[in-house]
Amino acid sequence: MLSDNRIKAPVQDGVVNQLVQASKVQDWDPSAMLDNLSFLEQKIHQLQDLVHLIIGRKGQVLGRPDELVVQQQQLVTADLTSIIVQLISTAGSLLPSGKHTLPAATPSLEQSGQFGGVVFPSAQGPLNDGFQPQNAGGSKVSGLPNSVDISRKNGNEQNHIIEEHELKDEEDVEEGESLIPGTYEILQLEKEEILAPHTHFCTICGKGFKRDANLRMHMRGHGDEYKTPGALAKPNKESGSEPTIIKRYSCPYTGCKRNKDHKKFQPLKTILCVKNHYKRTHCDKSYICSRCNTKKFSVIADLKTHEKHCGKDKWLCSCGTTFSRKDKLFGHIALFQGHTPAIPLEEAKAPAGPSDQGDGNQSTNKVGSMNFNFSSNVSSESEVQSSTDIKGSIDDPAGYFSPLSFDTCNFGGFHEFPRPPFDDSESSLAFLLSGSCNYPQKSED
Amino acid sequence: MSQESIGNTVGASNNVNRNATNINLQDVIREMDRLLQQRLRPMEERIEQLEEISLEGQLSQRRHNSECEEEYDGEIDDEQAYEQATRQGLRQQEPRHQRARPRYKLPVLSGFLNSTQTPMKKQKQDNPFNLVAEEIIFIILDLLNRNSLAIKSFSLVCKSFYAVESKHRCSLKPLRQERLPALLSRYPNITHLDLTLCSRVSDASLSLVSHSCASSLRSIDFSRTPLFSTYGLLRLALNCKNIVEIDLSNATELKDSALAAVAEAKNLEKLSLARCKSITDMGVGCVAVGCRKLRFICLKWCFGVGDLGIGLLAVKCKHLCFLDLSYLPITNKCLSSISKLQHLEELILEGCFGIEDDSLAVLKHGCNSLKSLDVSTCQNISHNGLPSLINGALGLRQLTLAHGSPVTSSLADCLRKHSMLQSVKLDGCFVTDDGLKTIGNWCASLRELSLSKCLGVTDEGLSSVVTKHRDLRKLDITCCRKITDASIASITNSCKSLTSLRVESCTLVTREAFVLIGQRCHLLEELDLTDNEVDDKGLKYISRCSELSSLKLGICLNITDEGLIHIGKGCSKLVELDLYRSEEITDSAILAIAQGCPGLEMINMAYCKYITDRSLLSLSKCPQLKTLESRGCSLITSLGLKAVAVGCKELTKLDIKKCHNIDDAGMLPLARFSQNLRQINLSHSSVTDIGLLSLSSISCLQNMTILHLKGLTPAGLAAVLLACGGLKKVKLQATFRWLLPLRLVQYLESRGCMFQWKDKVLQEKLDPKCWKLQLEDLMP
Repeated sequence: MLSDNRIKAPVQDGVVNQLVQASKVQDWDPSAMLDNLSFLEQKIHQLQDLVHLIIGRKGQVLGRPDELVVQQQQLVTADLTSIIVQLISTAGSLLPSGKHTLPAATPSLEQSGQFGGVVFPSAQGPLNDGFQPQNAGGSKVSGLPNSVDISRKNGNEQNHIIEEHELKDEEDVEEGESLIPGTYEILQLEKEEILAPHTHFCTICGKGFKRDANLRMHMRGHGDEYKTPGALAKPNKESGSEPTIIKRYSCPYTGCKRNKDHKKFQPLKTILCVKNHYKRTHCDKSYICSRCNTKKFSVIADLKTHEKHCGKDKWLCSCGTTFSRKDKLFGHIALFQGHTPAIPLEEAKAPAGPSDQGDGNQSTNKVGSMNFNFSSNVSSESEVQSSTDIKGSIDDPAGYFSPLSFDTCNFGGFHEFPRPPFDDSESSLAFLLSGSCNYPQKSED
Repeated sequence: MSQESIGNTVGASNNVNRNATNINLQDVIREMDRLLQQRLRPMEERIEQLEEISLEGQLSQRRHNSECEEEYDGEIDDEQAYEQATRQGLRQQEPRHQRARPRYKLPVLSGFLNSTQTPMKKQKQDNPFNLVAEEIIFIILDLLNRNSLAIKSFSLVCKSFYAVESKHRCSLKPLRQERLPALLSRYPNITHLDLTLCSRVSDASLSLVSHSCASSLRSIDFSRTPLFSTYGLLRLALNCKNIVEIDLSNATELKDSALAAVAEAKNLEKLSLARCKSITDMGVGCVAVGCRKLRFICLKWCFGVGDLGIGLLAVKCKHLCFLDLSYLPITNKCLSSISKLQHLEELILEGCFGIEDDSLAVLKHGCNSLKSLDVSTCQNISHNGLPSLINGALGLRQLTLAHGSPVTSSLADCLRKHSMLQSVKLDGCFVTDDGLKTIGNWCASLRELSLSKCLGVTDEGLSSVVTKHRDLRKLDITCCRKITDASIASITNSCKSLTSLRVESCTLVTREAFVLIGQRCHLLEELDLTDNEVDDKGLKYISRCSELSSLKLGICLNITDEGLIHIGKGCSKLVELDLYRSEEITDSAILAIAQGCPGLEMINMAYCKYITDRSLLSLSKCPQLKTLESRGCSLITSLGLKAVAVGCKELTKLDIKKCHNIDDAGMLPLARFSQNLRQINLSHSSVTDIGLLSLSSISCLQNMTILHLKGLTPAGLAAVLLACGGLKKVKLQATFRWLLPLRLVQYLESRGCMFQWKDKVLQEKLDPKCWKLQLEDLMP
C-alpha cells in the first residue's frame, strides 16, 4: 500500500505531527500498533486528496508554475519521508531485539501530544534524495522521529555513542586490526536498528536521544530522584573494571565484506562504525551539499566535513571534477580525452569568496547547473562521479561555464563583462541573449 | 610583371575561357584600355589643375573643390574600399584619386596592348568584359595585386569590373570598424582579415564578421586592437569553422575565458598570444585541448603561463612546430614534454630564467626535429646544459645564445658537429678568443653570425672565425670596440659574398678600412656604418655596391656632399638612407640621392642643419617615399613640406619635430594629399589648432605627437582630437591633461585612443661632439 501511494502522497503538517507522536509510543500493545496503522492509513488518504487537489489546480495556475511545483514537491517528499520513517519505526518496535522495553505507558495520543512540535521540524528527510535546494545541514537528522529501541545490554556500548562524533573515523582506523577469529564476540544489529536515529529513550515519556548523557540531563526533569550524583554519573563507571569480552560487529548486509559470513570478514569495531559503514555503503546518499548541490553524502558528519572545504576546490574540469591543486587538474586533463579546464565566470569580476555562494546565488547556481548538464554527456559525468570517491568531489558547476557547453548554454555572466561607456553595440548583445534561456531552471533531471 | 609573363598567362588561361572562345582577347584588352582612357582623360586634366593650385600655393582653392571631396572623405587606405565612390556614380571621380592614377595607368594592360599590333575592331556597345571568363580577369588581377592603387582604379572603371574585383579580393585591412559592414557585404570571399589598423573592434563587429564570412574566413589579426571581449571571440570561433589563424597579440586585458572561446576554433593552426598578460595556465589548457591541430603558438610575455599550461600544450598538440615561450616563468619540468614533440622545428626560450643546467641532463636527446633554437638571456644555461637541448637535433640551423653565458671554447665545442648550422647569434655575450677559434673549427659553414655588443671580440678572434666561414652572408659586429682595420681587412678578404654588414660604432676602425668594404664586397645590400670614421673616399668605393638597399651613415661626421653624390650615382637601388646628425650634408647631396635612387622609401635627415626646402623639393620626386625624418632641420618651411606632400603619395611617417618654420600652411597640403599618413610628429613646430584640425581629413592618421606647440589651445586640441577619428596614440603635454574635459578624454579612450602625457622640459641643443664622447666613455 505504501509503495503505491508514494508517488502521490502529500500530507498536511498537522497530520504528520500526530503520526509522529503516535509512533512515539513504544509498546507491544497491539492496540497502539493498530492506532498507528490506522493513522497511517488516514494520513495516506489525506495525502491522496491533496494530490488530487494539486492535479486539479495545475491547469489553472500556469502563470509561474515553477515555484508552486517546487513547493508541492517539497511537501510531498517531506511527508512521504515521514511516512516511511514512521513505518520503519513502527515495524522496528516489533523486532525481537527490542528488549529495552519502555514502560508500556499510555500509548494514547493525548500524552504524546506534548512532544508534538519537537520532533519533526523540517520538511526534509533522508530519503528525499536529489531535491533539497534549501538543505540547511544536519539539523534535520537529529529531529527525525524514532520509534526503535535498540538492545543495550552493556553500558560500554552506550559509551561509544556519547563519543559519536569523535569516533566517526574509527571505521578506517581499525582497518589494520587483526583479531584472531573466535577470540571476540560478534554482534550483528539489524538494519532498522542501525538506521534508527535515537538509541536512548526516556523510560517515562519515551523521548529518544542520541546520547546517554543527554538522556540523563533530560531525566532530571522527571523528578528529584534523577538528580543524584549517582544517577547522573556515567553508567560504565559503576560497572567497575571487570574484564569484558571484546566485542566486534558485523554488518547485516549480505555479501558485504563487513558481514560475518563473508570469506574475508573484517569486523567493525564499534556501533558507531557499524552505523557509519552501513549508511555510507548501503544507503542512499541523501544529504546534498547546499553549496555545490552536487556532492551527496549519507552520513551527516561527512557532509559537514565536505562543507568546510566545499568551494575551496577551485580547479575545475569540464567534466565537473574539482581539484584543490592545479597540477592535479592538469594531470587529469592530460590523461583524459576531451576534458578541458573550465574557466570560472567570476574571474572577470571581483573574486567572490565561498560565502557568497549561499542562498542568494541560488538562482544563478541553477542556471549554471543547467549549463553543466548540457555540457557534459551523461556517461562522463557518472563515470567521474564514481571514480572521484578517492579524491575529487563533485563540486558546484554553478558560476562556472564549461567550454563544452558553448553551443547550448546561455551566457548568464556575459552581460557583466566590463564594457566601454560609449559603446554603441548594446543591441547586438541583446539579440543574442534573448534567444537563450535566462531564467532560473528549477527542475532537475 | 613583365609583358611576356602577362602574355603567357593570358594565353594559358584561354583554355579556361569556354564562353568567349570566339572573342579576340586582344580586342578585349584594347577595349578595356579604351574604357580606362576615357576615365583617365578628365582626371588628368583635373590633376594638372590641382598641381597648379598647389604650386601657386592657392590653398583657398581647396574650398572650391571641397563639395565633391566630402563624399569620399576617409577612404584612403590602400586596402580601403571605394564603395561610396562607385555608388555615387562613376561620373564624379575623386580628385585625390585621379591625382594618383597617372602613375598606374594600368601599365600592364596598355603595355600588352602596345606589344600586340592587331587592328582595332569595335565590339558591340556592351562591355566586352562581360564575355570574358572571370578566371582570366582574376589572373590579371593577381598580377596587379602588388599595386593596390591599380586595383582600385580597376574596380572604379565600370560596374562589372567593380563586381569582379569584389569577388577577387581575399584580404582586407580596414581602417575603421565602422566601415566593416559595408566592406564585408562588398567582399564576400575574404579569407584574411587584418584589423590591426582599427583603433578598436567591438564585439558587435566581431559578431558581424563571424556572420558575414562564416565559412570563408581563414585568418584574422587582432594584434594592437583593443576592446573586444570573450563574447565576440566566441561568436567568431563558433561561426567561422575554417579559421586557421588568429593573432591576439597585445590584448593585455584578455582573460582565460576568451581563450576558452578561442578553443572552440577546432581547426586553428596558428595562434599568437604575445603580451596577453592576463591569461593563465587554465586558458592555455583550454586551447591545448580544443585546438588539436595547433602548429604555431606564440606565448611571449604571457607571464601567467607556467609549466603546467605548457606541459599540457605539448602533450595535447602533437603537431606543434613553432613554440615561442619567451619570458615565461617556466622551468625544466615542461621541457621533457616539449622534447617529445615530433614536429617541433622552432623553439624560442628567450629569457626563461627558470631553465637551468642542472636538470637539463634529464632530457638527454632533446628535440630531434629542432631547426631553430633561441635561448637568449637564459643565463642559467651553459655548456653543461646546452648539449642536452640540442644533441639530438642534428638538423639545427639557427641558434641564438644572445646575452647568455660566456662563449668559451667549451660552449662552442657543443656545436662542433652540427653540420647544418647556418646562423648563430651571440649578441651581448662575453666572447673569448678561444671560443671564436672553436667556432672557426665547426664543421658547419655559417651564413650568418652576429656578435653585436660582444665584449672580448678581438682582431685575432674575429679573423679566425671569418677566415674559416667564408660563406658568411650576414655579419654583425656592432659595438665590437676592440677591433681595428685588421678585422675589416680579413672580413672583406675572406667573406666576399657578404650581403649585410653592420659595423656600427667600431671606433678603432679608421677611414681607410671602409675603402676595403667597397672594394671587395660588391654584393652588399645592407651596410650600417653609423658612428664611424668613414669619409667621402670610403663612400666613393662603397658606391660600387650597386645592390645596396640600406645604408646607415648616422653620426658620420666626416662625410660630405661629395661622398653622397657618389652614392646617388652608384647605388640606384637604395631604399633606406640614414643621415642622422651627419651635419655636413647639404641640399646638393639630397638632390643627388633623390635623382639617383628613385625607389627611396625612407630617409632620415634629422639634425642636418643645412637642409632647406630644396632638399624636400628634390625628394618630392621619390614617389615611394614612406618615411621622412627631418627633425631639427630648422631651415625647412611649409613650402618644402607642401612639395613632399604633393609628390610623395605613399608618405606614412613624418617627423618634423623642431622645424620651427613649418606652420599651418604646411599642414593644409599634407591634409589634402598625404592620405596615407599614419604617424606625425609636430613637436616644437609653429603649427596651431587650425593646421591640426585640417589633418583630420587624413583618415589613416593614427599616431600624433604634439608637444610644445605654442599655438595650441585646449579648445582647439579638443576639436582636433574629436575630428581625427582614427587616432590610436597621442602624445601630449601633461598640462593639457587637466585642461581637457575628463569626459572627452574618457570618450576618446573608449574610441580606442591612447594618451601619453609628457612633461619633459625643453632640452638644450646637444653638441654633436658630445655624442661621440658619451659613446667613448662606454669603452672598456
